[in-house]
Amino acid sequence: MALTPVITEFWDDPSLYTLDGYKSHGGYVALADALKQDPDSIIATVKDSGLRGRGGAGFPTGLKWSFVPQNDGKEHYLVVNADESEPGACKDIPIMIANPHALVEGVIITSYAIRASHAFIYIRGEVPHAIRRVALAVEQARAAGLIGNDILGSGFDLNIVVHAGAGAYICGEETALLDSLEGYRGQPRLKPPFPAVAGLYASPTVINNVETIANIPYIVGRGVDWFRQFGTEKSPGFKVFAVSGHVKRPGIYEAPLGITMRELLDYAGGMRDGRPVKFWLPGGSSVPMLTAEHLDIPLTYEDMAAAGTMLGTGTPMMFDDTVSVVKAVTRWLEFYKHESCGKCTPCREGTYWITGVLEKFEHGHGSSEEVETLVTLCNQISGRSFCALGDAAATPYPAALKYFRDEFDAAITTSADEQFNPSASYVFAEAVSR
Amino acid sequence: MTLTSTTRVELQQLAAQYPQPRSALLPMLHLVQSVEGEVTAEGITACAEVLGITAAEATAVATFYTMYKRDAVAKHHIGVCTNTLCGLLGGDAVYDALSARLGVGHNQVNADGFMLERIECQAACTHAPVMTVDWEFMDDVTPGTAVAVVDALSRGEQVQATRGPVIRSFVATEHTLAFPLDGLAAADNSVDDKMLAGLRVAQERNMSAPSIPQEH
Repeated sequence: MALTPVITEFWDDPSLYTLDGYKSHGGYVALADALKQDPDSIIATVKDSGLRGRGGAGFPTGLKWSFVPQNDGKEHYLVVNADESEPGACKDIPIMIANPHALVEGVIITSYAIRASHAFIYIRGEVPHAIRRVALAVEQARAAGLIGNDILGSGFDLNIVVHAGAGAYICGEETALLDSLEGYRGQPRLKPPFPAVAGLYASPTVINNVETIANIPYIVGRGVDWFRQFGTEKSPGFKVFAVSGHVKRPGIYEAPLGITMRELLDYAGGMRDGRPVKFWLPGGSSVPMLTAEHLDIPLTYEDMAAAGTMLGTGTPMMFDDTVSVVKAVTRWLEFYKHESCGKCTPCREGTYWITGVLEKFEHGHGSSEEVETLVTLCNQISGRSFCALGDAAATPYPAALKYFRDEFDAAITTSADEQFNPSASYVFAEAVSR
Repeated sequence: MTLTSTTRVELQQLAAQYPQPRSALLPMLHLVQSVEGEVTAEGITACAEVLGITAAEATAVATFYTMYKRDAVAKHHIGVCTNTLCGLLGGDAVYDALSARLGVGHNQVNADGFMLERIECQAACTHAPVMTVDWEFMDDVTPGTAVAVVDALSRGEQVQATRGPVIRSFVATEHTLAFPLDGLAAADNSVDDKMLAGLRVAQERNMSAPSIPQEH
């Protein structure tokens, strides 16, 4: 399957990040077109396109928008989730750096469709360069009359605020993000009520991922039929894949949903030194790992689910046979333990205990009983917390055990570093004193 | 350092950007940190006063988020991603080398005003192993290049982020997080070879998306 640059098509133009640069490639034409339509018809277009959320869950975007009650006399809000922090996910930050106006144009069209007069772009604080580029894009659009009062003579008013977070993975969870945006600790809320009914300031709110919103100008500007030429019936459209790990040319590859990992890997030059794929994760550390057997499965929401995993963020991490799966899983659990917000006991305590047991294995002090204890611990977290962080923390170990039980058995007596020389996994040849 | 009237005016400006002022608390804490190099009791109180909340309420927020520091970062914040992908691809060795060079461990500040931190995923996995200086990207580092960056900063030399501007200081970045229009968006290294990898393959092999319908 061929690569299909759409959002990334003009990234080699260094002026693309400016208003003039973006407009020279057809930018903001879709907005002018959208403002002449009835907002409901834009919601219908996005529904018909079948666009699914690109943040990980894959929820149909148009359907999410249609849940916002109309004519309710309340203020509506659009919040863009630009808190990209999932281990392995690295596609929203590049979009915001290279093509920030695609996001801003998408925000304006979406706000018009859901009748929001305030929009917020919540960007994680650790990426100042993405924040300044999006802030500049908003400022330039405002100066050109594309944000503000009576946009392009349509009578539609919109204000956009670019908001920096402050270091908390949990704020990528949509209700924790809302609490954070209201100036509180970022902790998830019980659902229902869903944000479409009671979100920011208890008002109807749509929360969408950066890449999702960046798709909107292309869908509204080029039409449903054009968009549906990409992908499958259940997973239409294109995807900004970010391929990382032990590949020859890690980077951004935009392709239709339904491309296989083997094809993407070929575009990325294959694995380094011709080494085999040991395990890979299609979309972040929160989705179950796969192995070399799964390279020919189409990267769609439905096919990944059938293979027992998820497309997630669509940012494959590739690991070769130099990597200890015990060490990889332990490190991910250390991350979930660090990032658990502490609200729900199973997640807060469970991540602590799983990590402690896994660290014993990493150091070659596991036991056969504890191989099973970890399964029990994971089962006790999964489905027992407010948000998906708990479920995510319960994901890496069972998947690793399914494919690599022998490594956990070996770790009862032999540490990860004895099983696998750490420096063999490094991507530089420089000698390291240890 | 004490907060000046300028800072108090800026705090008011931030609060005025939102339909409900409390929404400004995170940017406000970045702002007070940009003055003092850390979030102090005085900084928290200043934010709380502007918002009409208690210092305890503001403290509860300040202590939740890892970017707010309780030791002054006088010069530079050095982050090394040691999450699975970066760590195993060499970030662990980079961290060890920097820890030896700086003489401090995780979340500690050395006598020269450098803080070292093991950071979580920085959303730059295609550029692993990743280091940050004052949160600007230092992509694709090795132990040797990472230590060289710190050496250059120590000598007061100009250091260029790999995707982003010339390195300034920790407090300058913190001010950007409160007021992001800092005039540095232009950096012509912003889009690099890895961000263009797929586009270049597509161009070489004559691949493109279906053409745009004429009626649109």
